[in-house]
Amino acid sequence: MKVIDLVQQLNLKVFTPGIELDRTVSGAYVSDLLSDVMGHAREDQVWITLQSHLNVVAIASLKDLSAVLLVKGIVPPDEVIRKAEAEGIVMLGTLEQTFDVSGKIYKMLV
Amino acid sequence: MMTLHFHIEGGNFTNAGFASSQVKKTLKQLNIDSGLIKKIVIALYEGEVNIVAHALKGEIVVEISPETITMILTDEGKGIDNIELAMKEGFSTASQKVREMGFGAGMGLPNIKKNVDQLFIESTVGVGTKLTMIKQLDHA
Ligand SMILES: Nc1ncnc2c1ncn2[C@@H]1O[C@H](COP(=O)(O)OP(=O)(O)OP(=O)(O)O)[C@@H](O)[C@H]1O
Ligand SMILES: [Mg+2]
Repeated sequence: MKVIDLVQQLNLKVFTPGIELDRTVSGAYVSDLLSDVMGHAREDQVWITLQSHLNVVAIASLKDLSAVLLVKGIVPPDEVIRKAEAEGIVMLGTLEQTFDVSGKIYKMLV
Repeated sequence: MMTLHFHIEGGNFTNAGFASSQVKKTLKQLNIDSGLIKKIVIALYEGEVNIVAHALKGEIVVEISPETITMILTDEGKGIDNIELAMKEGFSTASQKVREMGFGAGMGLPNIKKNVDQLFIESTVGVGTKLTMIKQLDHA
């Protein structure tokens, strides 16, 4: 599955239009604790979170995550979007809460 | 032998992760095994963020030889009173502001320990902390 499939099937908002949506999604990791993500998320996973500051982009980039998905209608600040575009990190958004969107992504992946 | 130096400013989260990202790029260019790079990046990032979150300022020196990578993180700050306690998963003295950002789970030092071959911590309360992390590069 690719990032574009998630975007289309779940009708996600794309905050970083400058970046291709062709990266592979091998799974997802759900956490709002940055050290937990740093220690346990894996390459090519989508990170589902309500954190939307600059360090989220840094971690997504260091961990080679395929995208960051912000829940509950959270909109990242402009500086975060700019950094994400510079680092090639796709930032996505949904109005749904974490459990609901995670369940849908889980179904798509298995 | 190659040596990289970075200055880290305490309290400034804007650039946290810069040193780790530069080291990651360098290791990639050197064709180091990607599994090793991942572990090194986790450890260095956690050490870097700890300087930002818990100290006033610091220096990171990374020495890369064909056999080993040695990362020395020295900071000036409050230091760690009880290192054994600080190493426990879940222990954190992070401020409320830092916790709201999602830091402060008390997982940073345990993450470092898990991902390097050797970790030495020296600290003096009221003075600062020195972390030395070593990872073998030649047994991938
Ligand atoms: N460089 C440092 N200077 C002073 N205290 C430190 C330093 N590094 C760690 N500590 C102390 O050790 C504790 C545990 O560190 P650790 O990295 O495991 O967790 P944390 O930074 O609080 O949270 P997390 O890393 O999960 O975001 C810190 O809360 C702090 O009290
Ligand atoms: Mg920490």
